[in-house]
Amino acid sequence: MNLFDYTRPASVEAAIAAWVPGAAWLGGGTNLVDLMKTGAMQPGKLIDVTRLPGLDRIETLPDGSTRIGAMVRNADLAHDAGFARAFPMVAEALLSGASGQLRNAATVGGNLMQRTRCAYFADPHSACNRRTPGAGCDARGGDTGGMAVLGWSPACIATNPSDFCVALAALEATVEVQGTGGKREIAFADFHRLPGDTPEIETALQPGELILALRLPAEAAQFAANSRYLKLRERTSYAFALVSAAAALRLDGGRIVAARLALGAVAAKPWRVASAEALLVGQAPEPALFARAAAEAVAGAAPSGENAHKIELARRIAVRALTAAAQGTPDRMPALPASVFGEPAHV
Amino acid sequence: MSLSISLTVNGAVRDVTLNDARVTLLDLLRERLALPGTKKGCDRGQCGACTVLIDGRRINACLTLAATLDGAEVTTIEGLACGDMLHPVQAAFIDHDGFQCGYCTPGQIMSAVGLIAEGRAGTDPERIREGMSGNLCRCSAYHGITEAVLDATTRIAAEKARKSA
Repeated sequence: MNLFDYTRPASVEAAIAAWVPGAAWLGGGTNLVDLMKTGAMQPGKLIDVTRLPGLDRIETLPDGSTRIGAMVRNADLAHDAGFARAFPMVAEALLSGASGQLRNAATVGGNLMQRTRCAYFADPHSACNRRTPGAGCDARGGDTGGMAVLGWSPACIATNPSDFCVALAALEATVEVQGTGGKREIAFADFHRLPGDTPEIETALQPGELILALRLPAEAAQFAANSRYLKLRERTSYAFALVSAAAALRLDGGRIVAARLALGAVAAKPWRVASAEALLVGQAPEPALFARAAAEAVAGAAPSGENAHKIELARRIAVRALTAAAQGTPDRMPALPASVFGEPAHV
Repeated sequence: MSLSISLTVNGAVRDVTLNDARVTLLDLLRERLALPGTKKGCDRGQCGACTVLIDGRRINACLTLAATLDGAEVTTIEGLACGDMLHPVQAAFIDHDGFQCGYCTPGQIMSAVGLIAEGRAGTDPERIREGMSGNLCRCSAYHGITEAVLDATTRIAAEKARKSA
């Protein structure tokens, strides 16, 4: 690990003033400290934002939206009874990620900023355009089983590993940020970026901007009765997704009146396809319909290596998540969150 | 840069001067505070051998920078027993043979203490296994570990009920 300065400012304003090029915000540290150990990240300064006042709250705003402070810990958000009741799919996504220990430390703001788990990114001895612009990409032609099948570019085939972000994308969260230029809001769809020719630019954050909070709009809670996050992984727990899907439906009189569908681990950002959602609206929730929507959601997918199987897995997990959502959100969080092997949702 | 922190470790206040902000809690415990019970396995947050409690919550000590812990209360495996009186989770691990080589055991036990305190797994073996999935055991003593956590959950609940009666 490189040498760095450590500072813990007492206010958001002081934190923003403390930022210098090469500095990094320190939240739970579960991803950043790990990458500093490999040498993949070498910040000259860590600005500890975990104790900044006001960033650890979950609150309902007058417009009915839910505001989640960036320093709320993953475990605390997932287990907040009111939050989990309103947004069970988000809670399930959170609880399907990492371990009990890591969820106790990791922050929701940090989750948005977590880096790809591409092994070539984490290994400073491998060429990686995302880590070192122009260096090349050792992932291509390497171990590509987990790499992107949508939205990738010749420069980078890495995926975003977050579960939480898939559910947030489906529910159209917004991200509140503050920098030296003041506060602004970023729509979730615009927050993470596809690699193109500049994979090193991963998010819409400007240098020195800090995430203050996430907001879920009031209408996002209208999906509470019919929403699921499902995830395929190489072991039943404590593993990143091979593919995942967040599916949320609003049903009325046997018809779907609103639908959300986002795929995870298939691209450098949560993958949401408006035309797939549009196919669902106005229809009765049936297997053939879900198959059509899932096919639409992976339209344009192409293997970035030996990973064509992920396209089929993504299509299937989308069908499974839509089916589970239609059956109804489980009354209690499944013993194995997001698992396709858990108890059926509707029992 | 030099940093001074004060933290409570197993009930004792420890004032520590760090001459380097890179020190993790795991290295602080093992190398500076003579508490080697907390184990270093992967040192990457993947195995759980370094699990300790910070302010009552289980975390990976290997990913926690010591500099962030000014004012924190840390409990390690060395802080669980009262003299020769084992903590119920420690006793249950012995009774149920929840280990073979023992290297992951301090982390398993601290994780179990944290899990039971969280109070959501109850006595459902599936929820216990899921709740303990952040602790790997390469000897694969998982059956005994699950049985031990289950038994300790029951013992702790009974103890609580007895005290409140």
